[in-house]
Parts: sequence; structure tokens; C-alpha cells
Amino acid sequence: MTTETDAPREAAQGSTPLPLPGTRGVPRVDQDAPAQTKKDFTSDQEVRWCPGCGDYAVLAAVQGFLPDLGLRRENIVFISGIGCSSRFPYYLDTYGMHSIHGRAPAIATGLATSREDLSVWVITGDGDALSIGGNHLIHAMRRNVNLTILLFNNKIYGLTKGQYSPTSDVGSVTKSTPVGSVDRPFNPVSLALGAEATFVARTMDSDRAHLTTVLKAAAEHRGTSLVEIYQNCPIFNDGAFQLLKDRDEKRARVLHLSDGEPVRSGAEHVVVRREDGTLAVAIESEVDPASILVHDTGADDPSAAFALSRLDDGSMAHLPMGIFRAVSRPTYDDQVRAQVEGARSTAGGPASEDDLAALLRGGDTWTVG
Amino acid sequence: MSSKPLQRLDRVVIRFAGDSGDGMQLTGDRFTSETAALGNDLSTLPNFPAEIRAPAGTLPGVSSFQLHFADHAVLTPGDRPDVLVAMNPAALKANLPDLPRGSTIIVNTDEFSKRNLAKVGYDASPVADGSLESWHVHEIALTSITVEALAEFGLTRKEKERAKNMLALGLLSWMYSRPLEGTEAFLRAKFAKAPEILEANLTALRAGYNYGETTEDFAVRFEVAPATMPPGTYRTITGNAAMALGLVTAAQRAGLPMVLGSYPITPASDILHTLSGMKRYDVTTLQAEDEIGAVGMALGASFGGALGVTSTSGPGLALKAETIGLGVSTELPLVILDIQRGGPSTGLPTKTEQSDLLQAIHGRNGESPVAVVAPQSPSDCFDIALEAVRIATTYRTPVIVLSDGYLANGSEPWRVPSLKDLPELDVDFATGPNDTDDDGAPVFHPFLRDPQTLARPWAVPGTAGLEHRIGGIEKADVTGHISYDPDNHDRMTRLRQGKIDGIADTIPDLQVEDPSGEARVLVLGWGSTYGPIAAATRLVRAAGTPVAQAHLRHLNPFPRNLGEVLRAYDHVVVPEMNLGQLALLLRGTYLVDVQSHTAVRGLPFPAADLAEVLHTAVAQTLEGVPS
Repeated sequence: MTTETDAPREAAQGSTPLPLPGTRGVPRVDQDAPAQTKKDFTSDQEVRWCPGCGDYAVLAAVQGFLPDLGLRRENIVFISGIGCSSRFPYYLDTYGMHSIHGRAPAIATGLATSREDLSVWVITGDGDALSIGGNHLIHAMRRNVNLTILLFNNKIYGLTKGQYSPTSDVGSVTKSTPVGSVDRPFNPVSLALGAEATFVARTMDSDRAHLTTVLKAAAEHRGTSLVEIYQNCPIFNDGAFQLLKDRDEKRARVLHLSDGEPVRSGAEHVVVRREDGTLAVAIESEVDPASILVHDTGADDPSAAFALSRLDDGSMAHLPMGIFRAVSRPTYDDQVRAQVEGARSTAGGPASEDDLAALLRGGDTWTVG
Repeated sequence: MSSKPLQRLDRVVIRFAGDSGDGMQLTGDRFTSETAALGNDLSTLPNFPAEIRAPAGTLPGVSSFQLHFADHAVLTPGDRPDVLVAMNPAALKANLPDLPRGSTIIVNTDEFSKRNLAKVGYDASPVADGSLESWHVHEIALTSITVEALAEFGLTRKEKERAKNMLALGLLSWMYSRPLEGTEAFLRAKFAKAPEILEANLTALRAGYNYGETTEDFAVRFEVAPATMPPGTYRTITGNAAMALGLVTAAQRAGLPMVLGSYPITPASDILHTLSGMKRYDVTTLQAEDEIGAVGMALGASFGGALGVTSTSGPGLALKAETIGLGVSTELPLVILDIQRGGPSTGLPTKTEQSDLLQAIHGRNGESPVAVVAPQSPSDCFDIALEAVRIATTYRTPVIVLSDGYLANGSEPWRVPSLKDLPELDVDFATGPNDTDDDGAPVFHPFLRDPQTLARPWAVPGTAGLEHRIGGIEKADVTGHISYDPDNHDRMTRLRQGKIDGIADTIPDLQVEDPSGEARVLVLGWGSTYGPIAAATRLVRAAGTPVAQAHLRHLNPFPRNLGEVLRAYDHVVVPEMNLGQLALLLRGTYLVDVQSHTAVRGLPFPAADLAEVLHTAVAQTLEGVPS
């Protein structure tokens, strides 16, 4: 885990834990209040995803770890777009908005910028975030708004019943592509790194422990956190990630990303940096140990993280999971608020009625009568 | 003091016209400020191409600024100029058709070269060939006089030439007895960091003034006495500036931080520019990635308890439609400023039009009512902004404000209001449970409405115990849970409509102005046509013909008495800068026919043309000719 990159130094030294950077400014539950539980975050609404949907596991994980953040429930807001996963906010007993298709990052930007005291989450899917809402997503990441974005990627349109999505593999035969899709998919992690998102990770719906660890790190990060969650759609794209779930298959296929550690699979594979600077997967015993890539989530230059994201050609032969990047950069919302605050303090505090009257008069007036 | 005879005029219309790069807008602005300082009433019309720099010297590159000032109340920028300043042949050719014979033309002869004449299709110079005989033409070598006046300056010839607009301003200031001090102060501030450019501009300005005084070309100078205006402190203001000030004032009085989400678009961008400089008043401006992002940010901020505002023009309003619908469904306050321009599509970005009325009222999917208001003059943009905020925060609804390019860029004197005279704006946020459940325990129901206004509670994140979810899916009445129940949808649709209709309870009745009390014809307008319509009725009444005038500031809902007003007249004329959008609404709503008079020329109605329309309407009504 790599939260050291943006945790205040005092946090490591002091005995009382300071609010984590991502949630700094968000009111916390009283220390003597009864501990929050998963139940506190579960709304009274019946969950209506299809049986076997990967969304259930993510919901359970989120409900389960939110108490660990220690934030006041009323200061947490989930904003979603449109799609199966975007029903998520209804099932959490926090504030929430189920908005319109693709626009959740924009709505969340307005909310997060105007309210430092809120922990703002975006729930979106591959169609919502990468098709209709692509523009808002890349700009939220470019700005580094303090948002945690959970991108549920099932490589299919579920709510509209089975058309291909911008992450579907080339050749996908779906309702709208009976002879196979021809457009190349986005790799959401590559896209996020290209937009210079400051926190980019990939995890899996069925791996509760990994999911929880990654989500927690994402929440603790100040700035835009983009978490791609591979999520199974049992109805329209069942088994899309089975190779990464199957005990035997995943050993060799999944490359574990851990800060400061070599990037390696459960088998003998490691990622090496070749002489020309490119990355490749090799058998550990066959390579010069000095060439093995040691993962650095805090690298300012996103190139190595990007190269890692390109190791998978879509076949899932070697697919990195975990945190690709976690760097500390000033956030958009902090800076916007600082400008407003700065203007107010330079002028000697909040505007008075006299100040407002002076504003209305402007510089150039004349008097009649 | 001048040695030349002084002649008093009651009103003057001047048009400065030149190439886009000639600084005509600045020249007009400065002349406006000088005129305002003298206490004349005034109205302005900037008119410029969408191209930042069209090819020099061509007709598409002509930029103009018209100013009407008088010793009495002014309603429009004037139909036809008394004086045209033409900085080049293109400016002359483009503006001559508007110039009545006998009026004055000042031409910059330096620019009347063979090449420049050819560019606009003149075979010979109209100044030399006698074709301008019917006008008073002053031929002045403005460019070379400027260069000569700046002979001592270590500037390039090109730099010296650029001060020619100041020379023209100096000359016109002399002609109409305007003081230079304000412009001198303005230049000092503008060029504080470029002392030589400052001195050059000041020198050119004074040289122009002195030129008027010394040349024999100008035998008299003119003065226009101050207009009689109600006592108070005045400033000049454009519609966009007034809108920005109105929003800031409303937010401050409501005790709300303001968040403007905006994407640059002509002619609305100045609102973003102005508000971005008002952070000190708790104003946050977010320049979004696109129009949809902009309104999304505003709505997100409103969800968080701020005053969410977005500013745009017609194409942007089209893009924002779905998010405005989300505002209707979530019932959150949201103010949308549509500074209309010519359409469809990109249309005429820098020209004015009123063709977004139906888009504002109906341009969303589903039954999606919003409040729509429209200012009637540049300074009324201030009051309409307050009204929009009142409606949005009281009724928890999107409100669309329909200004337009004419109001946005046009300016007029504004009596600065005293804050204590402005309406109060009180906003109440939900702070606790508002209902009880079946067991009698207190609960919060996000869609339990205020019985008076039908507004739902504004419960903002951070309020303990009121956690709830909203969104675009239909909500169950009272509880706000997702509901697909047919009866519930029917009820909610009618409740949302009823809430907007009910706003009419809080808006004033439509006032009809009919000094004679004998009018049988009513002229009814909305938005920026107020000035031209009022000027036209003034002309008609001056000719002894009674005509009544009323003007709508609330377009949805209409004032309660509108139907009654329409039925009280034998004939109703509705002038609009579209193809009859208000007329359609009036006929459909009240089953009353109206005479729709329309023009979409990108310019305000000339008052004289409207007067003609009204004369004819009155005459035909008296003769009993069916309309």
C-alpha cells in the first residue's frame, strides 16, 4: 500500500490518527459514539440486481468498509450515472444522487468543490463513464477533483440488454453487433493514466479482500481516484473475467502490483525492463535480477504505470491488478476553495453590506438630485 | 472654452464604424462613459462580427458601436444615426444604407485608397465622385493626423496609427462637448505599464479635441443637456454586468455561496468573466469541459446547498436540456441564464434574437415544467436575476432567464439600488424530520411538500438524520423512493406542473400602460423588445393615436391576469424577434388571436418600423377591418 505518498508526516509520528488526506475536512464520528457497522450504511431499499450479479459483492464490500473510514454518515455522498451499477446509491444509507447518463463526474465536481466537508463518491460503469460520459471522466481526472470513482467494468451494456460497450473486445458478438464489433476497446486504466489521474487501480468484484484494500486506499487518496472493478454480468457477458478468477488460471495471469516490490505473478513470471526501455513479462529464473521492475506507485512520471497497463493485450495472459499509481498533487477543489478564501481574507473577511453596495456602485458613478 | 458657437440639441445618435481591429467598441464605450458622466440618458448597441479579425478592410470585418443620448428618457439605441464615423470604405459602405440624408459623415480619407475601395467594390471614391452630396461629409485624414501628432514618439508607424481611434474620440468629444477626464483616467489605468503607449493615446485624444477646435471644417459644436432623471447614484451598465451583479446580490442576501458552472459561449461569456472576479463575495466559478459539465456542476453545487447557476446561449441550452430535466425531477434550485443569439445551430453568434422562448419552456423530454423569466432592459437584468433566484430557491426548481445579445452588450444608465430597497430572500434548509412513520416515529420524507408552494424540502448533505437519495427516476410521492406506480407518476407529474403554475400567485399582475385610456389596440412584448416597443408607442401617441402597451417579464407561468388583459382589447399586436413564439403560446393558452409581427435580422426592431405597424393596426381596428 502506498498511502505514505500523501499522508501527512504527523500521521506517522503522532499517536492519535489524523484524518486521512482524502477525507481531511470531513467530520468524523465521535470517538465515544458506538462503532458504525455495515448496517448503518444499508438503506431500507430492496436490492434489485440480477441474481449472481457482481454488483452485489461490490456493494457488500463498500457497506462493509465504510465504517472503517470513521466518517459521519451524513457527510458521505454517492453520485451515479445511468446503468445497472448506477443504482448503487439507493442501497446505501448516505446522501445520494442517481443522476443522468455519463454526467456523474460533473455533478460530483460541483458538489465536491463547493463542499469540503463531504466525502464524494462516483459510481459508474464502462458505458456510463467511457462512452456517453467520457468527457466528464477525463476532465475530472485531469483536474484532480477529490472524488473516488468506482468504474464497474463488465464489458457489456447490461441495462439496455446486451449491446457491446467501449470496453468490449474486438469481435464481440452482441445484440447490436451480430457479426462482431469492429471498434477497439478502451483500456480504462490506460485512459486514466493518460489523463494523468493521480490514483489509478484495478481490482475484482469477487476478491473481497483485494477490493476492500484498494477501495480504502482510494478513499484515503486526496484527489481523483479511479478504481476499475472487473465485474461479472451473469446475464449478458457471463464469465468475462473467469480466467482471472479460476484458481489455476489466475496464478500465471494476474500480475500483482505492490509498491516497492517486483511486479510478479503467482507463478514464476516477473515484469522486466528491457534495454530499449519497454516492459515485458519473463520467467524470473531466466532474467537478470537487475532488470526486474520494482513497482513505484509514487513515480511522478506515469509512463511506467502506463507501460504496465499495456502489458495486457486483451487476452488477459498477463494482467496487472492493484494500484498502478498514487501520487500527491494539489487538488482542483482545494485550490478553487483557496482562491475564494484568499480573495475573502485579502479583502478582510466575508463581504459586508457596505462591500456589496460598493460593488454595485462600481468605479464610475454620478449623482442626480 | 471653445471659441466656436454652441448649438443645443435634444438628442443625438452617433455610430462609430471601422474595421474589427480599429478599436471601435472601445471608442464607443469611452464616449458612452463621457456621456453618462454628463447626465444624458443613453442607450447603446454594439454590433460586431463573430470573426475576431475578419480580413482587414472588408465588409464582413466591419465593427460598429451606436450610441443614442438625449436630454430626455431614451428607450433604444436609435433607429438611424445622425452621425457616422467611418474609419474606412467598408465601414462607409456597410452603414450608409442606415443613414438618413442630411446627416453627418466623418470619413478617414487616409483609408480611402484605391485598394481599399476595390476591396468593397467601389470603382471610385464615393467621397470624391459626388455620390455623398446629400450628406454633410467631413473628410479628415485621421490616420496621418494621428501619426503627425505622434511624430516625437519613438513608436513604429503601425503603433502610432493604432491611436487613430483616440483621435476620432477626441474630435467627437469636442463636437458634442464631452469632457475628456474620464477617458484620460481610463487610459492611465489601462496603460499603466506602458508609459509611452499611454502618452501616445493621450496625445492623440487631445489632438483630436484640438483639431475640432482649430479646423475650419467644423463651424459649430453641440451640446445636449442632462436628462431629468430620478434622484440617485447612477452608473452605466450592460445587461451581462447587471446580471452578474444581480446574482451576487441575490446569493449574498439569501446567505448562499454561489457556484457558476459555465462554458465560454458568445454572447454569455462576459458573465463568466465578471463573476470570476467576484470570489470575494463567495462566488466560485468553474469553467467546465462542456455545456453539460457546466450545468452538472451547478446542479451538484445546488444539491450541496449552494446557489447553482449556469450561463450559456441557445446552443448551450440545447445541450443542458437533460440536466435541467434532472433538476426538474430532483426539484433542486438551479438558475440557467440563456443569453440568446441568432439560431438555429451556430446561427449568428454575435447578433441578437429571441428565438429560444419555446426551447426554454418546452425543450426537454417528458412533462418538464420550469419557470421562465426575461429582462426587458440592460439594467433590468439585475432585477430579473434576483427574481430568478427567488423563484429557484422558494420553489426548488430550475429557472431559465432569457436575456439576449442586445441586452447583454447594450448599456444604459442604471440607478444603483439601495440594498434595503431590494426584496428579502430567505432560504430555509431542512434540519430535521418532517413526518412520522406508521409507528409514529419521526422520519424525513424528501418529497413531502410545502402545502403552500408545493416545494419539497432542501435537505443538504451533512445534515444528520436526513440521508436520502434523489435522482432522475420517478419518485414516490412523499417518501421519494423509486416508483413505477402508474397513479403515482400521474400524481407526481401534476404536482410538478402545479408547483410551477403556482408561482403565478407570487408574481405581479401584468400592468397595461394606456395614458389616454382610450386604446383599443394593445401591443404586448417580452424581453429585450421593451425599448423599441415603448419608443414606438411614444411615436404613435405623439401622433394622437391611442395605443396600450404591456410587457411580460414572466413567461412561465404567465401573470394571472394575462388572459383578461388580452380579451380587453379589440386587437393585440405581439412583436417578437422570432417567428411568433409568444404568439403561439398566447393563442394556445387563451384562445385569443394576436397579430404576430416578427423580424429576425439580428438587430433590435427600429422603433419607427414598429410605430408604422401599430398605426396600421389601430387604423384597421377603427375601420373594423378584420385582423
